[in-house]
Amino acid sequence: MKEKTIAAISTAQGEGGIGVIRISGEASPQIADRVFKNINGRRLSEMKGYTAAFGKVFFEGEELDEAVALVFRAPHSYTGEDVVELSCHGGVYITKQVLRAVLDAGAVPAEAGEFTKRAFLNGKLDLTEAEAVIDLIGAKNRSAARSAMYVKDGALRKKISGVKDELLSLTAHLSAWADYPEEDIAEVDDRMITETCVSASLKLERLLDSYDVGQAVREGIDTVIAGRPNVGKSTLMNLLSGCEKSIVTDIPGTTRDVVEDTVNLGSVMLRLSDTAGLRDTGDKVEKIGVDRAKKRLEQCGLLLAVFDNSRELDKDDEELLKYSKDVPSIAVINKTDLENKLDINKIKEYINKIVYISAANGEGRDDIIEAVESIAGTNRFDPAEGILSNERQRSNVVNALRAVEEARQALESGFTYDAVTVSLEDAISELLEMTGEKTSEEVLDRVFHNFCVGK
Amino acid sequence: MNYFAGEYDAVVIGAGHAGIEAALAAARLGCKTAVFTINMDAVGNCPCNPSIGGTAKGHLVRELDALGGEMGKTADECFLQSRMLNRGKGPAVHSLRAQIDRRKYSEVMKHKLELQENLELRQAEITDIKKTGDGYELTTQMLAVYRTKTVIIATGTYLGGRIFVGEVSYESGPDGIFPATKLGQSLKELGLPLRRFKTGTPARVLRRSIDFSELEVQEGDDPPEPFSYETRELGDNKVVCHISWTNDATKQIILENIHRSPLYAGKIEGVGPRYCPSFEDKIMRFGDKPRHQLFIEPCGENTEEMYLQGMSSSLPEEVQLKFYHTIRGLENCVIMRPAYAIEYDCVDPTAMLPTLEFKSFEGLYGAGQFNGSSGYEEAAAQGLIAGINAARKVLGKEQIILTRDSSYIGTLIDDLVTKGANEPYRMMTSRSEYRLVLRQDNADERLTPLGHEIGLIGEERYRRFLDKQEQKRAEIKRLKTTVISPTEEVNRILVSRETSEITTGVRLIELMKRPQLDYEALAPVDTQRPELDKNVMEQVQIEIKYEGYIGKQLKQVEQVKKLENKKLPQSFDYREIKGLRLEAQEKLNKIKPLSIGQASRISGVSPADVSVLLIWLASRKGQ
Repeated sequence: MKEKTIAAISTAQGEGGIGVIRISGEASPQIADRVFKNINGRRLSEMKGYTAAFGKVFFEGEELDEAVALVFRAPHSYTGEDVVELSCHGGVYITKQVLRAVLDAGAVPAEAGEFTKRAFLNGKLDLTEAEAVIDLIGAKNRSAARSAMYVKDGALRKKISGVKDELLSLTAHLSAWADYPEEDIAEVDDRMITETCVSASLKLERLLDSYDVGQAVREGIDTVIAGRPNVGKSTLMNLLSGCEKSIVTDIPGTTRDVVEDTVNLGSVMLRLSDTAGLRDTGDKVEKIGVDRAKKRLEQCGLLLAVFDNSRELDKDDEELLKYSKDVPSIAVINKTDLENKLDINKIKEYINKIVYISAANGEGRDDIIEAVESIAGTNRFDPAEGILSNERQRSNVVNALRAVEEARQALESGFTYDAVTVSLEDAISELLEMTGEKTSEEVLDRVFHNFCVGK
Repeated sequence: MNYFAGEYDAVVIGAGHAGIEAALAAARLGCKTAVFTINMDAVGNCPCNPSIGGTAKGHLVRELDALGGEMGKTADECFLQSRMLNRGKGPAVHSLRAQIDRRKYSEVMKHKLELQENLELRQAEITDIKKTGDGYELTTQMLAVYRTKTVIIATGTYLGGRIFVGEVSYESGPDGIFPATKLGQSLKELGLPLRRFKTGTPARVLRRSIDFSELEVQEGDDPPEPFSYETRELGDNKVVCHISWTNDATKQIILENIHRSPLYAGKIEGVGPRYCPSFEDKIMRFGDKPRHQLFIEPCGENTEEMYLQGMSSSLPEEVQLKFYHTIRGLENCVIMRPAYAIEYDCVDPTAMLPTLEFKSFEGLYGAGQFNGSSGYEEAAAQGLIAGINAARKVLGKEQIILTRDSSYIGTLIDDLVTKGANEPYRMMTSRSEYRLVLRQDNADERLTPLGHEIGLIGEERYRRFLDKQEQKRAEIKRLKTTVISPTEEVNRILVSRETSEITTGVRLIELMKRPQLDYEALAPVDTQRPELDKNVMEQVQIEIKYEGYIGKQLKQVEQVKKLENKKLPQSFDYREIKGLRLEAQEKLNKIKPLSIGQASRISGVSPADVSVLLIWLASRKGQ
């Protein structure tokens, strides 16, 4: 099977330190030689695998950039083919120009997911590994990357096979009992089936619960910082993110739009939005900001409600407390360096997690981390446990759970065991699909749909 | 000196259950057909249990009948006692089994072959088979040479048969009939991959020597149900069976003598079936089980021979007698025929297409035990398909492949040619993933239209089938439109069946859906009910009650079909796909599956390999 040589930018498109153009296929060294001039004159096509060369990239006779070329030889490369990776200076323009040069030299643009597809076809990855690669690429912090690694190593698979084995041994018993009516095989009874179903349901439910935690780890938690004007929200935002992102002044209403940032707090990632202070305002622009803030409040995954230690609760504060009832919240009491006038007990009626900080002095960051981890459940989260890491896996578990419940219902409403078995087998088949022990086209489509160009 | 003895469209080697169906089908489809048997008195012989059907096997017989096969009708004609197994375990696993008069069965079948137009039944041992330009040339031990366009090999346990009883061993077919000793060599020379399998049978004991007084009696169903959709009246059960149990003394005798078993002494190289083990196997493998059940079944109406189901053995005759004598009721039993194990040649079925034609030999088909299966019903099912396809080959028509979702027959053949057989293959309900769809009650609905299209179902029977289908449609419509009012009488019935009362008018179909209710329960209030065929009532009831589950399985069928429709090239070297594991490359090159669906069922082809195949197929198309 002669495959064309493909190329694509395989680093994130944007301003980065380094941009990598990956070329894969039989002709990749020759194609790279057409655009890359080694400083010592040696041609890439003459180099062995796992070697590097420093040189310059040319396009239409002009020098484009300095670059390092890495040579991989089949089958010892990501795709299992001959691969050359050109690492040049990052930046959208430069990397695109280098890619253009490579394409002009004879490579064709890689389709979405094509590198991984080739890796897969050449036996470098199996399906679950391929899927973990997506998670790994997409992983935004260390915990997420670690849990993706564990998926690759099969922690989740082990957990699932516990449930699967339970269901399998029940259906095996049911089959033997039906196929050998004249052997004295132990009767299957309702209790036996119910017990297995209950136990399987419990385990599946627990796994589903882990999905939310896993999601928090992987995707981060949508977090809103809210409070009345000038309570110190932006200072808090900066305290958490560690740099000046929000403009801090002592003029109330400085932050008019939603300012966003992503910060890693301990094991968890917060997607922070600093919002305009909640208050009735006549200022049209500010009002839009306030409305947006309210909307954010209703949708967020975590609310950091900021209160001023040195002032009494007012109407705006009370409105915020009302919001806090519907979302996971932490009350952040700022300005603890000033005299206390705030009625803490009133806040406690609404929010039970309270953290005292002095944003101005940079105190209290660790307490916030602890509170956030405890709310997100990530303090109990052990990536080695094996958790559900993506929607595909989640939907398999949801379907399996539903099938197990159906089996129980069938039993309760008096159906014969052959009908019960249909549901049990459904559940098993979902779990097999999840762990990659069974393939359907849908699974493949879903998996490969997720690959971005370059990986 | 060889002499030329005749020319045929189809020749069937062997007149056992596979050979009979193959020969009848080919002849009925208009082919000039010959069927050869080593012994004219062994046509349709039942050398093992005197019964037809059983779990999943009953499904096969019904399906055979629906397609126009003969086994079901003949079993009905020879029935002694009939039982629907697994009543109460659900309609998917209901299976019919009939005790039959085995001599009568053989006689009736032989007579049917004799009467069949286009068919010649001959006694001869085929000793040689050769490929010619457009067919095959067969030679008998009498040196008669026959030419034929197609051949169906259905040699059962006769091919290279060898019997083992303890230390005694000799070349033989079943029941003391001589074996086919030369054909095996010829098939090997032709290039067929042969290997050795083993099976066995228990002793037959004299009825007068059994003390039935303390044995549990097993009665037949009242009324008994026939196999064939064409059998109107079956009559009453004619016999009863008996149940007894082995005990610790039985076990001790086995343990003391196990070294004398040819299997445990390593004299038998053939692989035996796990699910139909000899009694000594049961003892050795399930040592902690204190007792094992056995059934004492009559072999016929005009014989005193009794079959001991569950007691197959290859221990020496004296040991057999000893351990049988430990069993209640058998203390003084006299053995008329000893139990024995038999080893025989069969083929690796993965050398065949799902049409049962050999991939490398056009016009050569295999069926029955020769293909690595076990059981009369499994044999007959394959015989019918091989016979149909041989005939269609001669007639220049497209080959028939039954899919897994159409039938147990399709499942059986797909398993054999795709997964191969590591031991004699027995049909079981758990082998089908579509059990609620492939029920024994709806075999006609699934297969009779195909039987008619093929030409084995006559016009009159087909019209009756269509009428029945129409009756069923009308009845379902009636149930959907008939409303039952919440009268006192209705609610009394509902309460007595432990289901909730109704307060408003409810459609009949809704009541029927309740697991607690059926036609019988609703009869007093379902006053407009027309006269209905019993089978129609059964099917309607099941389809309404199990609608959700049947729907689920039909959905699965659709999903799987997508993979079945992804065709794989037949001349391609799978070693070119590097992502496939080595084992998968080898298996795919050997089996050459027709579709991704078939590939996914090959053992040794993992889901990861299937994923690779799918992606490969997709990217191949893209180029």
